[in-house]
Amino acid sequence: MIPDIISAIRAAEQTALDDISGATTLDDVVALRTRLSGKKGELAGLKKRLGSIESIDDKKAAGQAVNEAMAAVDTALDARRAELHAHALAERVEAERIDLTEYVRPSSRGHAHLVTQAWERLEDVFVGMGFRVAEGPEVETDWHNFEALNMPIGHPARGEWDTLFVDHVPPGGQPGTTVLRTHTSPVQIRTMLDEEPPIYIIAPGRVFRRDTPDATHMPVFHQIEGLVIDRGITMADLAGTIEVFTQAYFGPGFHSRLRPSYFPFTEPSAEFDIQRPNGEWIELGGSGMVHPNVLRAGGLDPEVWSGFAFGFGIDRMAKERHGIEDLREMYADDIRFIEQF
Amino acid sequence: MKILLSWLNDYGDFADPTDDAAVARLADALTSLGLEVDAVETIGDTVGGVITARVLELVEHADAANVQRVYVDAGGGERLHVWCGADNIAVDDIVPLATIGTEMPNGMTIERRGILGIDSEGMLCSPRELGLGDDHSGIMILPAEVPVGVPYGAALGLAPDVMIDVDVTRNRPDCWGYVGIARDLAANLGTEFRPPRPQVGIEGEPMTTPVEIIDGDRCARFTSTVMSGVEVKPAADWMARRLTAAGMRPINNVVDVSNYVMLELNQPNHAYDLDTLGGGGFRVRLAATGEALITLDGERRTFTAADLLICDANDVPIGVGGVMGGLDSEISDATTTVALEMAWFSIVGIGQTVTRTNLRSEASARFERGVDPHGMPNAILRFAELLRETCPDLVVHAGGADERTPHLPPAERSVDVRIDAVNRLLGTDLTADALPAMLDPIGYTVSGTGDVRTVALPSWRLDSTEEVDVIEEVARHYGYGRLGTTVPKSVVHGGLTIRQQRRRLVRDVLLGLGVSEAMPNPFLAPGTLAKAGLAVDAITISNPLVTEESVLRTSLRPGLLQAIAYNESHRSTGVRLFEVGHVYPPSDGELPAEYEALTVVLAGEEAPAAVAVWRELSTALGVGARIDQERVPAGLHATRSATLQAGKQPLGAVGEVAPDVLAAFGVDERVAIVEVDLDQLLEREPKPAQWRPTSRHPSSDLDLAFALPTTIPAERLDRAIRQGAGPLLVDLALFDVYRGDRVGADRRSLAYRLRLQATDRSLTDADVADVRRGVEAAATKLGAELRS
Repeated sequence: MIPDIISAIRAAEQTALDDISGATTLDDVVALRTRLSGKKGELAGLKKRLGSIESIDDKKAAGQAVNEAMAAVDTALDARRAELHAHALAERVEAERIDLTEYVRPSSRGHAHLVTQAWERLEDVFVGMGFRVAEGPEVETDWHNFEALNMPIGHPARGEWDTLFVDHVPPGGQPGTTVLRTHTSPVQIRTMLDEEPPIYIIAPGRVFRRDTPDATHMPVFHQIEGLVIDRGITMADLAGTIEVFTQAYFGPGFHSRLRPSYFPFTEPSAEFDIQRPNGEWIELGGSGMVHPNVLRAGGLDPEVWSGFAFGFGIDRMAKERHGIEDLREMYADDIRFIEQF
Repeated sequence: MKILLSWLNDYGDFADPTDDAAVARLADALTSLGLEVDAVETIGDTVGGVITARVLELVEHADAANVQRVYVDAGGGERLHVWCGADNIAVDDIVPLATIGTEMPNGMTIERRGILGIDSEGMLCSPRELGLGDDHSGIMILPAEVPVGVPYGAALGLAPDVMIDVDVTRNRPDCWGYVGIARDLAANLGTEFRPPRPQVGIEGEPMTTPVEIIDGDRCARFTSTVMSGVEVKPAADWMARRLTAAGMRPINNVVDVSNYVMLELNQPNHAYDLDTLGGGGFRVRLAATGEALITLDGERRTFTAADLLICDANDVPIGVGGVMGGLDSEISDATTTVALEMAWFSIVGIGQTVTRTNLRSEASARFERGVDPHGMPNAILRFAELLRETCPDLVVHAGGADERTPHLPPAERSVDVRIDAVNRLLGTDLTADALPAMLDPIGYTVSGTGDVRTVALPSWRLDSTEEVDVIEEVARHYGYGRLGTTVPKSVVHGGLTIRQQRRRLVRDVLLGLGVSEAMPNPFLAPGTLAKAGLAVDAITISNPLVTEESVLRTSLRPGLLQAIAYNESHRSTGVRLFEVGHVYPPSDGELPAEYEALTVVLAGEEAPAAVAVWRELSTALGVGARIDQERVPAGLHATRSATLQAGKQPLGAVGEVAPDVLAAFGVDERVAIVEVDLDQLLEREPKPAQWRPTSRHPSSDLDLAFALPTTIPAERLDRAIRQGAGPLLVDLALFDVYRGDRVGADRRSLAYRLRLQATDRSLTDADVADVRRGVEAAATKLGAELRS
């Protein structure tokens, strides 16, 4: 009797395992689970018959056999389900194969103008150095553009700016006293008049000269100007600020130097040059200590306040960074150019 | 200012022109003084292998029309044969012969080469072929006394030299003369400075040329010195060579000495023939309007009352003051006595005359920058000393005229310099005792003791008037490179203003939407604004480069339409561009009504694309506006455009560009457009968005379609639905628009999906029914009919 029931258990287990390994879908597995490990399953039926075994030992042995068989069937069901699940997933993934290089659509990203890109890079560097950004009108009064900058009417240096004049006449004013600003320096004056020192500003902006367009000149271009006014500002502060900017903007291998020059609105005045890591010097811009007459025009006492100013071209920074040979290209608004950057 | 190094070395031992390293150091020293070196050029190098030869015989060849056979004696005793294409040579001329194997400056090597089977034993050279200027009109003829068979350079006394091109800034008038540059350099290098100290006495009997200055504000000093015993002839070779190198054509000894003194001492001057000087004297006065004079350059020029003339004592004009002499008063071969003018003209006045007449000269360039008003006595003697080299009998007569007016800058000027002020500005730690060593050598003579010193300002530095001018000289001679580098200790923090941050946001949004940034010319052609359908009232440039760029834009639209047309012409269609830039409408105020604008153009797209762009901007910037199709801005498509109305103020426009405007600009595609007044958009900073709780309860969707007349904008139905639905409505989306028979003519159906949700409970059917009733009521009131 005992061997009979045990062999029946073994046989039922084997049949169940064979059925499980023959299952080909997850639904088959679900159906098999119901059939094999449910209450109406063959093993469950055999388990019920255990009560009729009289010998305790036999009962125990048969019970153990049936439990083992049922556990084996459950394990096999789980394994088969996992296997089929993995297989189905693999099939689906395989069926969804795409050649990603087949899917080519032009980029739809917009491109900022190169001047804007350079402008914002410069702003970011100076903001990091503690500067604020100031702005002013592009059409200016003669007073802001020249007179307040130590170039009174008749000053010979005015001729160097190739000024464009406009026909706007201020109330009670004279014709010929409204100009397209020739530099961003009028923003210095406006800032001094509007704000109390300490002043740490940069003024990027559009400027105008009566220049025939060529590869290196445009009548409309962009400059950035810096102005610092505080107590005890020295020319060493100017040199140090230029040096910090040089390394921050161009890289740690770059250096700067000041050399004497002349601008009506600064004294002492200096050109500043940048040295590439290969030792080559490039002229970058003009700078100097704010002239006492300019401080006075801005309503400040030169005996109390001192400061420095510097300025250079934004367009040239973009031109040199990207190896553009002709500035006119930068302003042609040709999408084939714009999308390169 | 071009500086010949061998000439500069007359005033100090600066650098050997053949020592490249020394020349480079000199150039660095000049640059460090603010005398920026633009170029250093080696000149006077001779070509090895070129020797002098005498022409023996010229023979024409029957078969060669353009060349002739030349036999020369090159000192070797044999007749050398060369072919030559020039015909300016004659027998016995001494000429330069490039022998076989010579490498010419242009890279060519002279080889034995034949024409018609007859070899050439070298080449006769033109000046240009030897690098001696531009003359290529014929073979160079050397002086007859030159020996034969020697290197031509040695025969001509050519020596290697260096030309340094110095960029002289406006504040350094003194450096328009060799002596000024030498003074600065000698002080900087610590070498001896040797200015000319003329060894000439005024020994002649008194001879006076009366001078009358009528307009003393324009000419503040006029000296006239009589010199007799003049013999007009070529100047000394060395002087002629130096002037040639300086770009001046040698004329004769008197004119050349005049130019030489100008270049050396920065003192322009003019020598008149005393025998032809009307009335034997000068009157200096403003011209009468229309008065004319033929100037030295042969041009007849007419003057106005703003121009200063030099006249003879009979009031006949003989020169333009400080600019150019008259043709008739030129020195002639017969001249024996000259009246030498050295004068000082007002800087501003010269500038006016030069600008008005467009007549420029070496003299006017110097007077415009400011010549030493007190340098004449030395310059007069220097003139005499140099002229005496070729005129040994020259006599300088006493009694020279020296008229001055109150407008002459004083000879003695001084300023107090505080060492504290020096250190405060430069960041240095100098003592007052350090000043004389830096300043005395450049003529700023320091006197006194203590912390405040008196500095006498040199008369040749008219730009120096105040303390800060002297501080700059201290900085230059102390050395900018030694000033140190510190960083200001600022208590200010950096950053962008709200406006600047929002401007960047505008750009970021547009770039993300695939719109690229353009920067068209802000100057328009007359008529372009009208072409764009805009008001024609605009500010114009009074002195434009070209008329096509003379009108200041009042809108960004024309520039962007031109950009689209340009791109279409290069087969780039569908471009999406924006510009952020200033526009300049006219105003009655102190300045034009300039403001910052934004325009977006989408080529090949229709109005809804523009609305989509506006919605993105509006959401990102937190600034809403009503789309008012009742008011269509000029130049935009009448049925596809709207004003963006923010409250009572128009903020901009959205839609499409009018077809006639597109045609006028030659644009083939449709163009969707957004125009915004950025001043308004950027300045209105919205309050930070406030948190609304997201509900954990389930939501329900309710789809409703309404039929309504096409005259009622969807926006109004949209608002009615929101209002009718009440607080349970969390999202509203228009998902279908239908036009057709089922809704009738002039009507359309708009289908919306309403998502309803409560924050505190699950919705019931009754809630949804309530919303439906509310929405239907509000829609009906508007004239929309709920479709079932």
